[in-house]
Amino acid sequence: MKKLLNSSLEWVDNRFPLVKMWDDHLGKYYAPKNFNWWYYFGSIALLVLVIQILTGIFLTMNYKPSSQEAFASVEYIMRDVEWGWLMRYMHSTGASFFFIAVYLHMFRGLIYGSYRKPRELVWLIGMAIYFALMAEAFMGYLLPWGQMSYWGAQVIISLFGAIPYIGDAITLWIRGDYVIGDATLNRFFALHVIALPMVLLGLVVMHVLALHDKHVGSCNPDGIEIKKHKDPKTGIPLDGIPFHPYYTVKDIMGYGWFLIIFCLVMFYFPDMFGYFLEANNFIPADPMTTPAHIAPVWYFTPFYAILRAIPDKLMGVIAMGASVGIFALLPWLDRSPVKSIRYKGPMFKIALTLFIISFISLGVLGVLPAEGLYVTLARIFTVIYFGFFILMPIYSTLDKTKPEPERVTM
Amino acid sequence: MKRILFCLLLLPMFAFASGGGPELQKSLNDVRNQASLQNGAKIFVNYCIGCHSMKYSRFERVGVDLGIPEDLLKRDIMFTAEKPGELMHTPMTADSGQKWFGKAVPDLSVIARSRGTDWLYTYFMTFYTDPARPWGVNNLVFRDVGMPHVLWELQGAQKPVYHEENGHKVLVGVEPADEAAKAKTEGYRRTVTDLVNFLDYVGEPAKVVRWDLGWKVILYLFIFTFFAYLMKRAFWDELH
Repeated sequence: MKKLLNSSLEWVDNRFPLVKMWDDHLGKYYAPKNFNWWYYFGSIALLVLVIQILTGIFLTMNYKPSSQEAFASVEYIMRDVEWGWLMRYMHSTGASFFFIAVYLHMFRGLIYGSYRKPRELVWLIGMAIYFALMAEAFMGYLLPWGQMSYWGAQVIISLFGAIPYIGDAITLWIRGDYVIGDATLNRFFALHVIALPMVLLGLVVMHVLALHDKHVGSCNPDGIEIKKHKDPKTGIPLDGIPFHPYYTVKDIMGYGWFLIIFCLVMFYFPDMFGYFLEANNFIPADPMTTPAHIAPVWYFTPFYAILRAIPDKLMGVIAMGASVGIFALLPWLDRSPVKSIRYKGPMFKIALTLFIISFISLGVLGVLPAEGLYVTLARIFTVIYFGFFILMPIYSTLDKTKPEPERVTM
Repeated sequence: MKRILFCLLLLPMFAFASGGGPELQKSLNDVRNQASLQNGAKIFVNYCIGCHSMKYSRFERVGVDLGIPEDLLKRDIMFTAEKPGELMHTPMTADSGQKWFGKAVPDLSVIARSRGTDWLYTYFMTFYTDPARPWGVNNLVFRDVGMPHVLWELQGAQKPVYHEENGHKVLVGVEPADEAAKAKTEGYRRTVTDLVNFLDYVGEPAKVVRWDLGWKVILYLFIFTFFAYLMKRAFWDELH
């Protein structure tokens, strides 16, 4: 039996780099041995991607991308399709958990300086994944064709109208109609189920390839390079351990914890008090009735609050775009001699704390109506939000850092 | 230091407590209570389906989930359908609704999900006499509602209760207009609870299935994670 398996593997390996791929990415990919729980979220994001693709396939089998039938077909899935409710809730809960995982994954990068040289491209490709994910989520949200689907899309697409001269032509081109309608739904469906998932998958492969490159490799909570100290005989980093089996078994445990929380939400709080599934989205899209209060889903609200904080529409759109895009500049904004928060000084820690408070506050403000005190607060937090990035070259240079250790600490 | 930072992070959550609108009464309905659901279904097909559809729900599913045998389902529930597999349509057309009530009458399949059960409960409890309205009634949580108080005979007449605030009369609630209505209060409360219960069930018929399955899946995952933990330890122990 063993002989048969070995000869089969050899047969394949003479025709396909199976063993090489396994070794490059798992068996002989050496990762720092001091990963903490923050390092679960990359593999968790990958798990959610798989969940979304699999449940998405089953949803597509019964969903009808037509403005006349979409809402009813979702209810059909929820009622008449065997286990349809499970597929739908897994997908809707998965959408929110995708963002939770990605935000925590990005935050990990932020505190441990994972974006710094030589991982700039890992970070930039990651940002591209984030943009694609936002587009994917936005287009997916139109598909149930509820009031929030419709009016949320209406608000976001109309933002393109703020672009001078060509704005109106662009909104028309995106919608495929003068209003959001069947044409919009059809193209969003195509983009949501084919185009963007392919882009996402491709980018995820690039993200991992860039990380596993022989000049790069994983960062760690100490923010030091394990490739600086290699075993002179084997060339293996002294603080590195092979990804398989050590991190595969660890990530499987992480998957277990994650799925417990995921299932708790999916089975007992699938609408998460209106934050994962909005109450107004259980009213079919009605182009004649604008809801009194339009709020995007929670994962877009910080940026939405920034948009509304600025009185001028075009400037608001620019600020919103900048608030997302500015993350991409982090590798060049951070001038600190150390990467990890463990060795950074008080200035960075204070700046980061203010940033987190602003990000969460903007998220809360994005759900609330834009009036009175809320607008003032949103403006203050917008300034702090951008201040964190724009002032980073200054405070990261001036900050008093601690010396990094030579070898990783557990 | 870390603890202070953590508390700072929670600050924004408390800073934005919001309010507004009349306070909703709590609906104490229980979608596991089949007797209540059956009564709710009875009320729905006798008082509501004449104008309101439940066009995503099928009679057959309601019969199965609520434990109503097919013969009883056909006799007592399926007033608007021939076959049990049919969707719960209303015989009234959208045009008639527009003509008679000024607005197409909404479908109620997922009304409990868009409005919430507390809102529905309060809505049914707080119709009050208002001669200025075409149907003679108004509603505390749905101002100038187009719908007449269809369950009037079960509740009796309610009159509005006003409070004086800064020289303005503010509508704060409703109360029975006479002794007859007062005597009906308890029974009506139960009727509304059953009706809201049925609307809640129809909003998501798989809810009970989901509750019953969820804890088993989670229990399995705990066991899985425990063994995953042992496996992780087995590998990692040899590292140190």
